Amino acid sequence: MEYKSYPETQEIELHLNGNTEKITISPWTTLLDALREYFKLTGTKKGCDHGQCGACTVLVNGKAINSCLSLAVMQQGKEIITIEGLSQGENLHPVQQAFIAHDAFQCGYCTTGQICSTVGLLNMKRGDSPEEIRDLMNGNICRCGAYANIYKVVEEMKQKEVQGTS
Amino acid sequence: MNNFSLTQVETAEEAVKTALLSTQNNRYIAGGTNLIDLMKYRVENPEHLLDINALDFSKISTLPEGGLRLGATATNSDTAYHELVEKNYPLLQKAILSGASTQLRNMVTDGGNLMQRTRCYYFYDTATPCNKREPGSGCSAIGGFNRIHAILGTSDECIATHPSDMCVALAALGATPCRLLGKTVHAVYHFLNFTDCPATIRNGIPIWNPANLLLRSICRKMGFQAILNI
Repeated sequence: MEYKSYPETQEIELHLNGNTEKITISPWTTLLDALREYFKLTGTKKGCDHGQCGACTVLVNGKAINSCLSLAVMQQGKEIITIEGLSQGENLHPVQQAFIAHDAFQCGYCTTGQICSTVGLLNMKRGDSPEEIRDLMNGNICRCGAYANIYKVVEEMKQKEVQGTS
Repeated sequence: MNNFSLTQVETAEEAVKTALLSTQNNRYIAGGTNLIDLMKYRVENPEHLLDINALDFSKISTLPEGGLRLGATATNSDTAYHELVEKNYPLLQKAILSGASTQLRNMVTDGGNLMQRTRCYYFYDTATPCNKREPGSGCSAIGGFNRIHAILGTSDECIATHPSDMCVALAALGATPCRLLGKTVHAVYHFLNFTDCPATIRNGIPIWNPANLLLRSICRKMGFQAILNI
């Protein structure tokens, strides 16, 4: 088996936070690395880089996914929303506001992923029971242990029937 | 990850033809959650990826004779929350929802779930022998750290457990992986032979037997076309 001795790149077009962006990248660039290294959208965090911690969670077509296990070239034609795309200028998304109001973070490293997962949950229109909320949020690990207040955010958003992004 | 190339394919015919005629080490990619992870560990090192997400295999429908058909590129989330699954197949729904996370279930396809590889530590550790990764090299789990390994269905060659929750339910429900040839559906594989089962002996054939490898090879090349009749 012979591997290519130089990195091949290709120009791709991504719909990112409401804008159409063009970049030239290698096929093996993950969506996570493209966001952080090419678009400088460093709100999306790299944790385990293996789809286990949820720090890299973003929304693609309204659904929460692990950007570390997705290739950027495969996201063309889809609507990508990162934590930077949730607020409207200075106006935070209701989920972002609730995270502050409920003190739902400590070190903050997992928070952007937690917020994106919460918005994804609201988009799914699921999470009608405590068990289902916990199941739908279990892809985001918080090593500070802020789970109790994160749960309160999700519960409040469901009670207030807050819209996600759709 | 190694330096690979990627193309998007538009039709199943194009995908199969490209893979069968190519001399490169190809892999199909849909959700990619297992494949990309394995590529990061250098367990999988494909030279070329064929992105099959554009193919229309995402339908979930009832069969005329009763039962359900799951399209290979339907996601685990769409399957678990589909009204037909929710209403008639609670075992399948609970099995899917007991596995992975929301993010992964949103990405993972049903076909990919069948094709995923074991999570045995030694399969992931390229410094150790593993019959699944490198047939004939030996099994490090036998005599190694194996508290979480298989009890049933093992062989002298492998004791790795199957990684899928969904597949357990599908096996219990008697699902049949099928292949589409044009508009004809062929039920070509017994479910337990299709998946990466704990035992590496299938029908009495060891994993490194050429006939068995050919079957796996065909499965890997055709797997995305698999549909499931329950």
